[in-house]
Amino acid sequence: MNTLASLHQQLILDHYRNPRNKVSLEECDSEGWATNPMCGDEVTLQLSLDKDTIKGISFGGKGCSISQAAASMLSVRLRGSSLETASLLTSQFTGMMNSSIGEPDAVFMGDLLAFEGVRKFPLKVRCALLICEAFQKALEKANELGRREALMEDL
Amino acid sequence: MLENSGLFDSKAIKAQFPTLSQVVSGKSLVYLDNAATSQKPLCVIEALENYYRNNNSNVHRGMHELSRRATEAYESARNRMALFIGAESSEEIIWTRGTTEGINLVANSWGTQNLSANDEILLTTMEHHSNIVPWQLLAERTGATIRYIEMDAEGHLDLTNLEELCGKRTKIVACTQVSNSLGTINPLEPIISQARSVGALVLVDGAQAVPHQAIDVGRMDCDFYVFSGHKMCGPTGIGVLWGRKEILDKMPPYQGGGEMIKLVQRNRSTWADLPHKFEAGTPNIAGAIVLARAADFLEEIGFDAVKEHERNLLAYALEQLGAVEGIKIFGPSDQTLRSSVISFHLGDIHPLDVSTILDAEGIAIRVGHHCAQLVMQHLGVTVTARASFYLYNTYGDVDRLVSGLHSANNIFAP
Repeated sequence: MNTLASLHQQLILDHYRNPRNKVSLEECDSEGWATNPMCGDEVTLQLSLDKDTIKGISFGGKGCSISQAAASMLSVRLRGSSLETASLLTSQFTGMMNSSIGEPDAVFMGDLLAFEGVRKFPLKVRCALLICEAFQKALEKANELGRREALMEDL
Repeated sequence: MLENSGLFDSKAIKAQFPTLSQVVSGKSLVYLDNAATSQKPLCVIEALENYYRNNNSNVHRGMHELSRRATEAYESARNRMALFIGAESSEEIIWTRGTTEGINLVANSWGTQNLSANDEILLTTMEHHSNIVPWQLLAERTGATIRYIEMDAEGHLDLTNLEELCGKRTKIVACTQVSNSLGTINPLEPIISQARSVGALVLVDGAQAVPHQAIDVGRMDCDFYVFSGHKMCGPTGIGVLWGRKEILDKMPPYQGGGEMIKLVQRNRSTWADLPHKFEAGTPNIAGAIVLARAADFLEEIGFDAVKEHERNLLAYALEQLGAVEGIKIFGPSDQTLRSSVISFHLGDIHPLDVSTILDAEGIAIRVGHHCAQLVMQHLGVTVTARASFYLYNTYGDVDRLVSGLHSANNIFAP
């Protein structure tokens, strides 16, 4: 195994063994959930928001090293970012994993590049993307909430 | 390590399977996903090529040489499969796409005709989804109730309350001969005899049994027997439903179309005799012919030899795997009641991770719920890793699996 691959493996294993942000939030504004029926892996995601900024984030669920490490690593990146940046990052990550975009922006992707090697395992790609799916659902819920609140203010 | 057990030379047999001689991830392939599908020997691959190269034609309808050849090969394949499972007549051999279609055919045709609201269907919690869902659909249509024979902790069927479960209301019992997820070999005799005593029919799912042992449906005394070709060295997309002639005769067609009719009029039609009544449309001609070749292949080796080899391999694998740190093996501990299927967990390592690490070492196993979610619920897990062996597997394959599991333990060591 070359050094980069092993470095990446270490990074993934580190997040798997010591998951970040895996403590549920006391108060959350939105949440999402995703599962891979092929293997039973599941990821849940909670967000607490300050206007458009992700103030708090937590993930839960159970599954293989890939689904859990991806959730952990993304949660680190998403905490403190704007919903817009978060959407961009999750869609870039999805694009990278599905090989549907060209070279990913290495600086923007950062540690998430560790998952590039997973692309040759289609079943695991789905695992890596569970967190993005959960985020998408949480985002939709947050947007809905935002619309409702805006509507209330208008009234 | 000795590769020969008795007269069996698994290395020579392995050499007849082209897919098995390749390098995967830089290592020679070890294929241990046989409960999902088997590899194909050269003679089967050549039979497929020969059919399309030389004899391809539609069957039963052309008055020309190629059609005669195709029809003859197709119908003698039916005779071959009747012999293969001890059926009395080839009229009782219905070609299907596989086990799943066989069960759907019985549930739709026989089930819809014979079941109503007060009736019961008896299944086991060990079944593959293909022997659960068609009956659930039938129950929804007819209002019938589904009941289950439960399993004990080791994954044997619990037959202590069989008389209560299989009573006057029971119209059909559908049960697997061998579990695809745990390898349990089921005692069919008491189940079939209880069903007989209450006048219920019995469908046996032979998908995991047919590849590994000689079958005699007459002696088994069931009413329907279903299996797939692709798990027994044959092609995908072909399988067999065997049923008793007197029962099949009374059943309505499953699908309508060409081939299955006697006479079509404007408002009604009459049906062809068995077996064609159940075979609407152009069938999988090549698949049927090639499946017969796979049956020849297996019988040339001999099921006694296959069984003995797999038994030895299973004993060796259970012993070697048992010594791997953190392993938990599911299923029967009595090896005489277990086929060469081993479902397991490796410590806290997720089975998907185990399988990925093995894959990187050129070892193919299956991970998932194995289309047996009721079994997973019974075990209290969502998925397992599963290694399943066949006649071409060697002791060396077991050694590679064991060393792959050691790698997984090392990578995930805390």
